[in-house]
Amino acid sequence: MAVIEVQGLVKDFGRFRALDGLDLTVRAGEVHGFLGPNGAGKSTTIRILLGLLRATGGEVRLLGGDPWRDATTLHRRLTYVPGDVNLWPQLSGGEVIDLLGRLRGDVDTARRDELLQRFELDPRKKGRAYSKGNRQKVALVAALSSRAELLILDEPTSGLDPLMEEVFQECIREVRDEGRTVLLSSHILAEVEELCDRVSIIRAGRTVESGTLSDLRRASRTMVLAETVQPPADVGSLRGVRVLDLVGDRVRLEVDNEHLSTVISFLAGRGIRSLESHPPTLEELFLAQYGDQPGERPAEQPGDRPGDRHLDSLRAPAADRPVDTSGGSRR
Amino acid sequence: MTRFTGTMTLVRLALRRDRVVLPVWLLSLTGLIYSSVAAVQGLYDTAASQATYQATIGGSAASIALSGPPVALGTIGGITVFEVSQVAIIGIALMAIFLTVRHTRADEEAGRTELVRAGVLGRQADLLAAGILACAASLLVGASVVVSFLSVDLAAADSLVFGGAVASVGLVFTGVALVAAQVVEHGRQAVGLALTALGVAFVLRAVGDVADNGLRWASPLGWAQGVHAFAGPRWWPLGLCLTFAVALIATAGWLTTRRDFGGGLVAARPGPPAASPRLGSAWGLALRLQRGMLLGWTVGMTLLGVMFGSVAAEVDDMVAGNSAMQDVFARSGVDIVDAYAATVLLILALVTTGFTLGSVLRLRAEETTHRVEPLLSTPTSRTRWAAGWLLVSASGTLAVLTAAGLGAGVTSAVVLSDPGRIEDMVGGALVYLPAVLLVGGLAFALFGGVPALLSGVWLLLAGFFVAGWLGELLSLPAWLVDLSPYSHAPQVPLEPLSWAPLLTMTGVAALCVAAGFVSLRQRDLATG
Ligand SMILES: Nc1ncnc2c1ncn2[C@@H]1O[C@H](COP(=O)(O)OP(=O)(O)OP(=O)(O)O)[C@@H](O)[C@H]1O
Ligand SMILES: [Mg+2]
Repeated sequence: MAVIEVQGLVKDFGRFRALDGLDLTVRAGEVHGFLGPNGAGKSTTIRILLGLLRATGGEVRLLGGDPWRDATTLHRRLTYVPGDVNLWPQLSGGEVIDLLGRLRGDVDTARRDELLQRFELDPRKKGRAYSKGNRQKVALVAALSSRAELLILDEPTSGLDPLMEEVFQECIREVRDEGRTVLLSSHILAEVEELCDRVSIIRAGRTVESGTLSDLRRASRTMVLAETVQPPADVGSLRGVRVLDLVGDRVRLEVDNEHLSTVISFLAGRGIRSLESHPPTLEELFLAQYGDQPGERPAEQPGDRPGDRHLDSLRAPAADRPVDTSGGSRR
Repeated sequence: MTRFTGTMTLVRLALRRDRVVLPVWLLSLTGLIYSSVAAVQGLYDTAASQATYQATIGGSAASIALSGPPVALGTIGGITVFEVSQVAIIGIALMAIFLTVRHTRADEEAGRTELVRAGVLGRQADLLAAGILACAASLLVGASVVVSFLSVDLAAADSLVFGGAVASVGLVFTGVALVAAQVVEHGRQAVGLALTALGVAFVLRAVGDVADNGLRWASPLGWAQGVHAFAGPRWWPLGLCLTFAVALIATAGWLTTRRDFGGGLVAARPGPPAASPRLGSAWGLALRLQRGMLLGWTVGMTLLGVMFGSVAAEVDDMVAGNSAMQDVFARSGVDIVDAYAATVLLILALVTTGFTLGSVLRLRAEETTHRVEPLLSTPTSRTRWAAGWLLVSASGTLAVLTAAGLGAGVTSAVVLSDPGRIEDMVGGALVYLPAVLLVGGLAFALFGGVPALLSGVWLLLAGFFVAGWLGELLSLPAWLVDLSPYSHAPQVPLEPLSWAPLLTMTGVAALCVAAGFVSLRQRDLATG
């Protein structure tokens, strides 16, 4: 059964269309990665799911209800961690955690204390005295100490150090083992790759990919690194192949999965000395999604989408990739 | 790079950000000053009317407490100064405080300062830039005072010294606000601290002027108003103000070197590791968040009431020694002490509205800072959240108004040896409760429906203040004055208590609140 079922979701802010027919399905018990460049509409989608914003159009079902109309009853069954945690300057972290727990009506002091320890969080500090990462931990402890069946996390780890990232991943695995559901929006692809059963990639308010990681990989390309006896000079002329780097008898290339066996037989014909191939990492998938089809992006209005400025930094390496000669060992 | 590198860049940035706020302040202050000045000329253009003014208003303790020392009230210049002083001086001090804090602590708290300070900027550039902006605005207002006075052909030297006095109040409170912004961590606290300083300065000056003693020299407002324009002006008190302003600004600069970025002078104390049982509902949270503000306002308004109450006896004495006033009051059949009480109550009610609006407007701050998001993703609904908050706003208003009335009532009961005054004043203060709540309700309706216009309610309050206080002087049309809910509250104890307007206003307030809830439930919450 789907915990979140979104179809053709549209959200307009005045004349600006932030979501433009977005689809998202999150099944019960899965950890679902929610990816997309800055300004793609992840937080907007999440705010609609939380009933903070009202959808302009489309179908949204959350835990079998309407997130706008049934907000309060649905909220008994979920918890939320915002990407940018703002705490009340007058309240200590411990007070915030308890307050949110009581408002949700499920307080588990033992679990809360255990989480405080695992995240090494001092609950006595007040609002601003916390660093960004620690503010985020306050929200995380508040959310993770509940037994809610759905966790909605909007970039929950953007301020955490690697050690705390590890603790976070452990906690999410525990949540998954308990059969609960997680929607995880994140820019940390390693984290998504580590935790998520399925992912949805959105862009400019639309879903561009959705499925399990292996689905996505299957539908995409494989990286091949080979050393042959005779130089494989004309491998580039094969269908579906893109040579990234060819020096003497060594070649690094990308191939559409459907043509993988043609390439391997071709290389075998040249006498394989060594062969390495791996499915694309999530990062490669992600970059391919935004790098390879720049023409498909709707008429760019950078002015309208302040977040998009960051997208350039994301796209740059992808666009460079065909001539990149050093990045072969990416994961 | 010096400590001040980049100051002018910041001033330009501030001008850009304030392209609405600054003109609103400047235009409303200068407009108010100019129209008051012009109105006075028409009202007191004969020697006889000036003499009556001196004999009556000059003998009124309430007027002296609010406006300043009764100097040269037999001349048109003196009367003009007396009529304009309160609005000009309180107005310019408020402007200086709000502008300064807006560009110092409030920015630092929001993290904007960090963004610019990381660029090529001196450590004290932001402080200096805020100072320059507020001082320049003050000088402009001072200049507009001079121009207004000269435009009605008042003596140049006296006009200049009074303009200087008004401007120097702006400079002093720029300094006060700069220091306050260094001492505490939050913009709102800094405003509160600076306003408290303004309140103390005002009370010292008022008590000193009414009792005609040296206490007035303990207050920078006393210095500024000690220039005695139109009575052989004195320039040296301006020197006191300037020296004090410079000293304050230097102190603020020095304090920046004594504290951490983002921190206050006093490090925040750690809080409890777990929440007390009371902090478990939207209402409990609202109470907790507004506790400090409520306490500050209750204490402050009690003191303001005490200040007004403690001079009640002088009101009587002044009339006793003033045959012109005795005549006036005998003819109208009005009890002078009652007339004084009615004025005091109106002022206490108007000031209390500051609490109510501040409280309601914080709902919007909770929303735009996204602090409300985690709250509203629990089973707490928007309605429950806002209702809990409004409950504190309303009961806080009741508490503040009662405290103000009690302060005024108890002290006037003591000085007049009339215990009945307590009931009069507390009851009289509470008569304004529906009007205050109506303004608060209006703010809530805006918050629900058109939050972009929300800060306009401050202008509205300023308008009601002008209607209530200056309406007669400016001879505003009756319908305009009647727009103000405060004109509909019966002026107890001068007038008998009538329930109809009170019930109507309560009803309208309830409608506004209901409209606010309905539209709050329909709309998107702030994003981004
Ligand atoms: N109130 C608003 N008015 C106008 N545009 C808005 C508003 N709120 C969001 N947007 C726009 O909607 C788009 C989607 O924003 P959203 O915050 O959902 O992006 P995101 O995917 O969460 O990005 P990020 O990864 O940076 O967090 C952005 O272009 C943003 O500028
Ligand atoms: Mg986001």
